[in-house]
Amino acid sequence: MCGIVGLFLKNKALEPALGDMLSKMLVTMTARGPDSAGVAVYGAGNNDHVKLTLRAEDAGAAAALANEFSAALGVPVDLSIRANHIVASLPRDAEAAALQWVKSRAGQIQLVSVGTHMEIYKDVGLPEHVVSEFALAGMAGSHGIGHTRMATESAVTINGAHPFSTGEDQCLVHNGSLSNHNSIRRTLVREGMSFATQNDSEVAAGYLTWRMSKGDSLKQSLTSSLSDLDGFFTFVVGTRNGFAVLRDPIACKPAIMAESDDYVAFGSEFRALSVLPAIEKARVFEPEPATVYAWERS
Amino acid sequence: MPVCDLAVSSVRELNQALHRLAPDTNETAWEIDNPQGKHAIGVGINVPVEIDIKGHVGYYCAGMNKFASVRIHGNAGTGVAENMMSGTVHVMGDASQSAGATGCGGLLIIDGDASARCGISMKGIDILVKGSIGSMSAFMAQAGNLVVLGNAGEALGDSIYEATIFVRGEVKSLGADCIEKPMTEADRERLAGLLGRAGLDGSAKVDDFRMYGSARELYHFHVDNAASY
Repeated sequence: MCGIVGLFLKNKALEPALGDMLSKMLVTMTARGPDSAGVAVYGAGNNDHVKLTLRAEDAGAAAALANEFSAALGVPVDLSIRANHIVASLPRDAEAAALQWVKSRAGQIQLVSVGTHMEIYKDVGLPEHVVSEFALAGMAGSHGIGHTRMATESAVTINGAHPFSTGEDQCLVHNGSLSNHNSIRRTLVREGMSFATQNDSEVAAGYLTWRMSKGDSLKQSLTSSLSDLDGFFTFVVGTRNGFAVLRDPIACKPAIMAESDDYVAFGSEFRALSVLPAIEKARVFEPEPATVYAWERS
Repeated sequence: MPVCDLAVSSVRELNQALHRLAPDTNETAWEIDNPQGKHAIGVGINVPVEIDIKGHVGYYCAGMNKFASVRIHGNAGTGVAENMMSGTVHVMGDASQSAGATGCGGLLIIDGDASARCGISMKGIDILVKGSIGSMSAFMAQAGNLVVLGNAGEALGDSIYEATIFVRGEVKSLGADCIEKPMTEADRERLAGLLGRAGLDGSAKVDDFRMYGSARELYHFHVDNAASY
């Protein structure tokens, strides 16, 4: 099963409500995946500052670790703490030292994502719990994706929760299972990439990051995944400016989309879209198999 | 007229109320509001009632329908009218995968497109799609008719038995053991009848359709066909 949702706002006036809309979509997909849930939200930021999303193993230690992190860098760091997640915004030239510090605290703190506009929050438990834990409903942004997981390929841990981010401001959620993820992982490791989990979806995210690092557009990277990735999948992918959807050629996993002048929305089932404003005026359609749907803002 | 608002009552309450109806009930016209993509709406109806569902529905809407006429004023999720026995289900929008799967009788009309595996393993149902259908449609279809005014995706009628497929548009590819067949006068009458039942008397011409069915090569195991199974 697994449930995935995505929302790409065209109308800027809706941006303060992104988190609220995404929360409602995610909770409707609880029956498809009660093991864990996660979201990526693309919000405020600028290209001179890097946003790191970090996760403290012990939620009680998050504040202390955040302060320690800030002091160790010796540069102004803007910190925001939500439950066990810390989002740290820092000058780009301090990024290397920041990543080094995180590595030195392995076991206490883990890197979830790197970007300029993207923040990722994920945890085990019901979507309703995860949504309220991180106060997702109050978040603003231009686009976001979310996932409710029914674990099949790997354990029920936060590491197995989606979205997976393997490149700056890039993330992916996946419903399905890939059959050749181990061989693709080996290929990508030879290309210099590293993976934090044994999860097949992280390989899919890594594959797209690799293609985009070679100069592919988001759409091209997904098109080439059709010939290289084997198995069942519906992918929803976010980049700094973009949002894309792809289903495998057999379209094993359900998908439904809506597009209006205000937004593009994706859900595993229509229930996830039914909570959106003015959904009755949107064009609702089922994405075709093996067809890349991509939107990018200028 | 009974009106059921699914924003207030549950699908289970609705289905129980429908199942309690006697065959000679006077409550023959139902309206269902706010379906909001919920699953299994109106499953297992066994009486001749008319039901209007005002919006999009989720999985398996009107599955196992017997006698009822169900109109869905929106899109339908996976498996609409699955295993229908008799009656009519009319989807006014698009239908997702496996529309009319294993249907034994009755008529399913889809005004928009139907996704992959439309009419998979159909066993006597008639399905009329005004738009296009996805890949693997009528896979292992055994009896009944699938009429498509638009195009058909890959592997149409794969491993088909005695069902008949009529397509007006392009067929991307035919599945194993499915071939185009010349239409006899009886076939033409059958198609005209189906178009008429779907209210398409004037707007769709029998001559514009091509007919497909089983080559009957896979009915009995033959080792030379092993690769085709």
